[in-house]
Amino acid sequence: MQALRWIVLLPLIGAAINLTLGSRIQRSVGRAGVAVLGSGMALASFAIAVTGFLKLRALEPESRLLLDNVLPWLHVGSLNVSLAFQLDPLSAVMVLVVTGIGSLIHIYSFGYMDEDPALWRFFGLLNLFLFAMLTLVLGDNILVMFVGWEGVGLCSWALIGFWYKDHANTAAANKAFLFNRIGDFAFLCGTMLLFWSLAGLGHATLVFRELDTVVGLLEGQALWGVPVATLATLLLFIGATGKSAQIPLYVWLPDAMAGPTPVSALIHAATMVTAGVYMVSRLHCLFSLAPFTLNVIAVVGTTTAIFAATIAVTQHDIKKVLAYSTVSQLGYMFVALGCGAYAAGVFHLVTHAFFKACLFLGAGSVIHASHHEQDMRRMGGLRTKMPLTFWTFLVSTMAIAGLPPLAGFFSKDEILLKAYQHDPLLWGVGLVTAGLTAFYMFRQVFLVFFGESRAGASLDPHASAHAADHHGHHVHEVHESSAAMTLPLVLLACGALTAGWLGIPSALGGNNLFTEWLSPVFASGGEHHGVEHEGLELEYALMVVSVLVALAGITLAYLVYLRKSLNADTFSRIARGVPYRLSFNKYYVDEFYYGTVLAGTLALSRALGWFDKVIIDGVVNGAAASVRAVSILGGGIDKVVVDGLVNFTARAFNGVGGALRLAQTGNINAYVYVLLIGVTAVLLAGAW
Amino acid sequence: MLGMSMTTVGLAHYLFVSLVLLCLGLFCVLTRRNAIGVLMGIELILNSAGINFVAASRFGSSGFDGQVFAVFIIMLAAAESAIGLAVVLGIYRRMRAIDTSRLTTLQG
Repeated sequence: MQALRWIVLLPLIGAAINLTLGSRIQRSVGRAGVAVLGSGMALASFAIAVTGFLKLRALEPESRLLLDNVLPWLHVGSLNVSLAFQLDPLSAVMVLVVTGIGSLIHIYSFGYMDEDPALWRFFGLLNLFLFAMLTLVLGDNILVMFVGWEGVGLCSWALIGFWYKDHANTAAANKAFLFNRIGDFAFLCGTMLLFWSLAGLGHATLVFRELDTVVGLLEGQALWGVPVATLATLLLFIGATGKSAQIPLYVWLPDAMAGPTPVSALIHAATMVTAGVYMVSRLHCLFSLAPFTLNVIAVVGTTTAIFAATIAVTQHDIKKVLAYSTVSQLGYMFVALGCGAYAAGVFHLVTHAFFKACLFLGAGSVIHASHHEQDMRRMGGLRTKMPLTFWTFLVSTMAIAGLPPLAGFFSKDEILLKAYQHDPLLWGVGLVTAGLTAFYMFRQVFLVFFGESRAGASLDPHASAHAADHHGHHVHEVHESSAAMTLPLVLLACGALTAGWLGIPSALGGNNLFTEWLSPVFASGGEHHGVEHEGLELEYALMVVSVLVALAGITLAYLVYLRKSLNADTFSRIARGVPYRLSFNKYYVDEFYYGTVLAGTLALSRALGWFDKVIIDGVVNGAAASVRAVSILGGGIDKVVVDGLVNFTARAFNGVGGALRLAQTGNINAYVYVLLIGVTAVLLAGAW
Repeated sequence: MLGMSMTTVGLAHYLFVSLVLLCLGLFCVLTRRNAIGVLMGIELILNSAGINFVAASRFGSSGFDGQVFAVFIIMLAAAESAIGLAVVLGIYRRMRAIDTSRLTTLQG
């Protein structure tokens, strides 16, 4: 299908126009010009994606695959890679999410960035990001996917550091980029290992469709005593931890909140960070061959989920809470993948994209209205002033907390069910995380939207009276955001409300449309089916438990932050405040990395510098010195021997001349003597 | 032919006189320190050569070639004496001496 390429190309064209001519368009046509261009390209891309989706749906489930072979790319030896795009049920889901939510966020950005002079750059980069992300999800082979994989990292870097005049933003951007690079390197290594192993078996390919059929050959292959499949999937998973912010490479995501809020919503909540989930799902045939890797994924996902959730509980920055929440929710997705429930992971990816994008945009609306205030301790009482923002935020919060019948309930419960079937311990940790999620999200809602306004309040209790006066006249009247911002909020809230209904499990009388839609993709990967009959009671029990836990979390948040019948300080003083300080300081992971990896790198650099200076320079200088010594020796030989010979010749002549000189006495009598002797000698010789 | 005979004066006698004269001339040239003495010795040598020429011509069969040469030698000796004395005079004017042991400016 030829149109597929336009899904990818339209955002690229938009980016090209906005990044080259954007400033001129903005000056001559106006700010709306660049916004319409950028959003229009995203919307057009979305429209094509929808037609593609409809076309796909009209096909038989087993033959649902649309291909667009744009051009042959690399045909070297056994490597045969084309620049080609494929639309199958999995990538269709991703494309709809990316373009749909992407379009809404484009529209929102026009309202949010209403004071920024470089609107054209913002829209250009957003479009460029869409292009890269769509390349990632539509590519029909690992190399095209890798191009998108790198592209989203680059755009993420550019957008985190969008306000580059503030050093902290560029530092956060660099941090994100570097952590991504670590993952990308592992991803590339995994790809190469996969390719070489398959090439060794005579099936060199990087195309996903072909991989699904030939990857089974890897079974039994080993490298250094480790099964190739395990090694390759572990490397690929490290790539996923970089892109999808899992332990140990998650630390960049909270810092990435330095970027404009729409960027956080689009890149760092809804799309880019799910690339790892998509990649694992896309290569599920390979991952299913490596049970060890799947276990690692499940453990890492669970650990990340609860780890990030405990950090989110104590943060004050409205966006930091959401960032750690994102890390935590991504952990959920990886739990699902690790349990082999790929469809459940992708399902949570979709619902999460809706409610987390809505939450971020709601937070952006709050930040925008309160003049770039991000500290929740200076908010409060916004419920009446920003009703639309409040209601959409509340719906999304309930969705993420897992209250029925909102989106998060279905997707999270599916994951928890699969986790329980896999290992009850995973389920237990996931359940605690769910409770924590409900707590910190409602803590956020209560702090931001309920109670009295604390705008301009001093954060230092000792100087509060003075500072409040001081800041008093800076506080502007907070009011609801413009339609460009509230419209996407409402649409996303509708999504957060309804997206879960796509996957109502059969236990609740639904037919799990979502899993069925993805089943042609995951059928070959050994997805666990037919668990419904194992026990409906179990499923119901798990649902009830998780809803109760969520309600418990909400109640706790209500008691602490709204009724204030429990003092938050009493919690933070538990065990001498050690757990609180650990959580508030993010377990000192950044400090740990600074102390070990960064310091280690610096030490290594210094050691290498020393090596360079002493050894390498020493060799070079030694060579120079030896050449110099040889030259001196040669010069000496030249001076002594060669010059000596020349001078000896000269001196010999000089000496002989000096000796002969004595014969020239100048005395004429002596000459005559000699003449006489000569003549006599000649005569005697003649006679003889 | 060179045999000496007391009765007749032959070629040998002339040659002997010429030899004695040559030796005297040489002795004079070698031993005199006075430049004029040296010139005089040269005169003796030239004359011994003249005697040889005349004697050889008288006892030979070549007509008067020897006599012609002798006349040339006398003429040459006169010219040589004149030039030689002029040179000696020039040297004397320059060096205030005609002692050959002191006229060694040509030494190397």
